[in-house]
Amino acid sequence: MNDSKQSSSSAALPIMDAEAISRALRRIAHEIIERNPDLRSVVLAGIPSRGDEIARRIAGFIAEIEKIEVDSGVIDVAMHRDDVGTRAELPIVKASQLPTSLEGRTVIIVDDVLFTGRTVRAAMDAIGSFGRPARIQLAALIDRGHRELPIRADYVGKNLPTAANEKVRVRLEQTDDEPDAVRLSKE
Amino acid sequence: MTSLTRCGYRKNESAREHSGERARLACWRSWPGFVDFRKQNAPASKKLHDHSAQKFAKAGRFRQQARPVRYPTMNWNRKDLLGLRELSADEINFILETADAFKQVGTREIKKVPALRGKTLVNFFVEPSTRTRTSFELAAFRLSADVINLSASTSSLAKGETLKDTARNLEALHADILVLRHSSAGAPQFLGQRLKASVINAGDGAHEHPTQALLDLYTIREKRGKIAGLHVAIVGDILFSRVARSNIFGLVKLGARVTLVGPITLVPREFEKLGVAVSHKIDNVLPEADVVNLLRIQHERQRKEYFPGLSEYTALFGLTKERAKLLKPDCLIMHPGPINRGVEIDSEVADGAQSVILDQVTNGLAVRMAVLYLCGGIST
Repeated sequence: MNDSKQSSSSAALPIMDAEAISRALRRIAHEIIERNPDLRSVVLAGIPSRGDEIARRIAGFIAEIEKIEVDSGVIDVAMHRDDVGTRAELPIVKASQLPTSLEGRTVIIVDDVLFTGRTVRAAMDAIGSFGRPARIQLAALIDRGHRELPIRADYVGKNLPTAANEKVRVRLEQTDDEPDAVRLSKE
Repeated sequence: MTSLTRCGYRKNESAREHSGERARLACWRSWPGFVDFRKQNAPASKKLHDHSAQKFAKAGRFRQQARPVRYPTMNWNRKDLLGLRELSADEINFILETADAFKQVGTREIKKVPALRGKTLVNFFVEPSTRTRTSFELAAFRLSADVINLSASTSSLAKGETLKDTARNLEALHADILVLRHSSAGAPQFLGQRLKASVINAGDGAHEHPTQALLDLYTIREKRGKIAGLHVAIVGDILFSRVARSNIFGLVKLGARVTLVGPITLVPREFEKLGVAVSHKIDNVLPEADVVNLLRIQHERQRKEYFPGLSEYTALFGLTKERAKLLKPDCLIMHPGPINRGVEIDSEVADGAQSVILDQVTNGLAVRMAVLYLCGGIST
């Protein structure tokens, strides 16, 4: 790890630690169980790269609580974004892994931070190409506001009012080689 | 050092969100560091490490015990794909990684994504082609681009318009991507420098055919899990083959051992300068090859004096049923198509279990989608 990164993370405001993240995800798991009596039809679709790790953890909590293994997969949104061709940098595309037919299933999109809603719109578009699910729900670890589309999360780990120039950084052990944490920093 | 591309650690965090998955990152394992094409004579493993150590010691930012970084990302900043010679190993790997995602699209119920919606692609094939043109066309459809097909006979080239004028007219109609096949080497470079549109080389003379080589690399990587360290034999008409040249550049950069096999008239020793071995006896090479890539004998580019006749070629270099028994059981048999059954390959071998010829066609679609997405998707 280089020095500049360390100094920037020490200036950041801690929002959640590993335990808080774990509690929030456990609560989301409970809410998913409560809202979806037929858990076997549920598919958790994580948006890379932290959303799929969060989806795996939620699936783990559901298995712990209800002893049911729900399907969990990865939904890539890069090629469904509405800003391809207008950005100087392309989002990196990753292979999606979902059950081939989503007919009649309940798909829960899982992401780390819910911000403008554009990523979620792209994810809904991507899910549509796998079939026609019965319903789509949305789970996010952090909802930071500033929506640009009419999109609302069904399950939220923490509502975090932010200014537009602030940055929410989620760190997970499996994806970042750092202890679990959520921090808020100024641009 | 060859052209060092903008590949490195990202500073802004949002960009890391879309980086690749750990499990599929086999080709990034050797990262950081990329193969310096001009230092191929040094022992392969040692050279890579020395090179990267030097590079990072100079930068002074990376300690010896630095944590492994799992998500190296890359800034793709090329509007054109002209050949593999100018690409770095990292860039080639990046295209292959991207193709993984597009291969998955082919398995969905709806095999179409909106990535290039509103873009126009012109398939400009001055030389005839069915396979490559259809593959590019289908790739563009799957990315939601609009496609126009032009051939030499249907364009005003037949009326004496120059290539540049035809291309500038296409650009005036707001074509965003130009896929060009031309009988002259360098035609795509010529247009790439003069047009704002992306130019994708779909074969120029006997020079390069980058997407064919990329799909060959993709198929090898998919079937064998790696490319570095494999021994690849390229058999046939090397002298006239753009497929062979692009394959040589790509394979050598990714660390494979390449042996060219064919009659002395079609495989001159000059090719050894590209870092490959040359052999004129196929039976010596087959038993130790991990991949055999057979090339078509190109009647249209050849005059008779290169070899006496097709039957003699088959007797000396064709992959017959008997010769196929020399191969390792896990050796892959590849062919860019169209196959001349009974000339460079026997029917039984072409349809056999070791043949991945049809996988190459499927992968070609994914690789071309990746190339169109990368070159056509950046804003210029």
